[in-house]
Amino acid sequence: MKQISTIIIGAGQAGLAMSKCLTDRSVAHVVIERGQIANSWSTERWDSLRLLTPNWQSRLPGYSYSGNDPDGFMNMAEITGYLRAYAAQSAAPVEEGVTVTSVTVQSFGYRVETTKGDWLCDNVVLATGACAQANVPPLAGQLPSGISSLTPMSYKSSAQINPGGVLVVGASASGTQIASELITAGHEVTLAVGTHIRVPRLYRGHDIQWWMDQSGVLDTRADQMDDIDRARRVPALQLVGDRSIDALDLNHLRRQGVQLVGRLVGIRDGYAQFSGSLANYCALSDQKMNRLLEGFDLWAERQSLIGLEPPERFDPTHVDLDPALRLRLHDSHIRTVIWATGYRPDFRWLHLPVFDTKGALRHAFGVVAPGLYVLGLPFQQRRKSGLIDGVGADAETLSNHLILNRANRAA
Amino acid sequence: MNTAETTVDNGVNTEALLGARGAFADMPEAASFTFSSTCDWVSGTQSSSAINGYFGLGQDHVRKETFVITSDHPEVFAAADTAPTPPEIVLSALGSCLTGGVAAVAQHRGIQLHKVQAIIEGDIDVRGILGMDPEIRNGFKSVRVRFEIDADASADDIRALVAQSQKRSAVFDLLTNPTNVHVDIA
Repeated sequence: MKQISTIIIGAGQAGLAMSKCLTDRSVAHVVIERGQIANSWSTERWDSLRLLTPNWQSRLPGYSYSGNDPDGFMNMAEITGYLRAYAAQSAAPVEEGVTVTSVTVQSFGYRVETTKGDWLCDNVVLATGACAQANVPPLAGQLPSGISSLTPMSYKSSAQINPGGVLVVGASASGTQIASELITAGHEVTLAVGTHIRVPRLYRGHDIQWWMDQSGVLDTRADQMDDIDRARRVPALQLVGDRSIDALDLNHLRRQGVQLVGRLVGIRDGYAQFSGSLANYCALSDQKMNRLLEGFDLWAERQSLIGLEPPERFDPTHVDLDPALRLRLHDSHIRTVIWATGYRPDFRWLHLPVFDTKGALRHAFGVVAPGLYVLGLPFQQRRKSGLIDGVGADAETLSNHLILNRANRAA
Repeated sequence: MNTAETTVDNGVNTEALLGARGAFADMPEAASFTFSSTCDWVSGTQSSSAINGYFGLGQDHVRKETFVITSDHPEVFAAADTAPTPPEIVLSALGSCLTGGVAAVAQHRGIQLHKVQAIIEGDIDVRGILGMDPEIRNGFKSVRVRFEIDADASADDIRALVAQSQKRSAVFDLLTNPTNVHVDIA
């Protein structure tokens, strides 16, 4: 059996950042990747997707964007190329086309079984990402037959959608982008809206991510939060990597002709049922956005920033007085349902007692167990932990922990 | 927003509620409650519901007092009008739930309340319950709640209170989302 100090599972931004940090600390390691580097970006996203964060905000340990469009947004081919170039520059020891089938404890370390042989190691870094599988609610199983069911991981473009109506479930970045794309392609689109985080792309002349980054919002530490579990459940910002649209918010979609309904809460007698609480979901989201912008305004004032455009407050989300509470699924009304209901990690090969009662990985700021680490989960150490731009800082902390822990275990 | 020096008292023990959250996180089965109500027919459309026992924290609880809620229908429906209609009781339950929620959230956020009043209206087309048109539902077609709140807080903070109280309200959830109801005969 092969032996090595550390095995990193997954060669996306998280695994590559960790690899760079370990190389810098002379820790022997290998990065095991089931596909190719940046596999999820290149194979599990839809065609028109661009990063939600601007090019400048893809900083990784020892690497950053050096092109001539720092305010642009990478498409999937570009982010794949960006990460492959990072792997090459940092000489990451990546083994592609190797799938991990099991991780268990063996002697004083871990046994990692793969499709190309088994390894024994002291440390394992789980870097397979927070978006390894689409999170589809159980009620999806009640969809009548004859209706196609897709997720943002299986959806590629409007070309794959049958003529007819589409129900998009979920109004965060994935759901709003796909809803907009499909109504533009001529489909009748209904969007079921639950909790969502509305933000403008640009605020006072700067990208919203500039504000998030500069004001320190993204650096908020997990241990500063009153309720970190809740903070970790907050959905991704309702954004699109496209500066030609002020905001791909519900008002924009409504103007495009998308029918807005409440959260999907049931499927019964051939009808989809929606919550009657749409107005409150929208009110909560508007309030959250206004508090965020107010915080930015206060910060800008304290910093005496000059050259900013004046503060602005956006129209409240317009909601019909009585949005539809149900929608007929039969008779070709709806031919396709897209479950844009979030993503979750996939640790089914991790055969260790490290999960909570709901099946989520337990960890303390990324430390799962002695010698077992996770990277790239939302709000793992800081608010930016789930971003390409945030995983580097977490990788630095965890690699320092790994070195210290190794010294302690040796002692 | 109030500072730590001022004492906000809306009569809500938020520390106990937060403590309960901690306990339920460790012991989720203790959070399973079953509430019940026993309804007896009196005469005509008049009925009387008695509410006392409930199950929770892993055991049965009996209150010191049994609460009674009676219901009837108004004279325009040729009834005795001795008590509110069941849908009106639902409206009052919604008002109570949201109002209690406003108080609890205000306490948690350090907002002193002086007056909270909710006026709840529900629109029903009675042709539904009379079976005159299958397209018309029996229940409320639409429900409106109007709050009047006097509190030591900005208008935005008050709007946030009201939004949060809806987000965490049992009756708001019951009215806005479907529920499986199983009815059988003993």
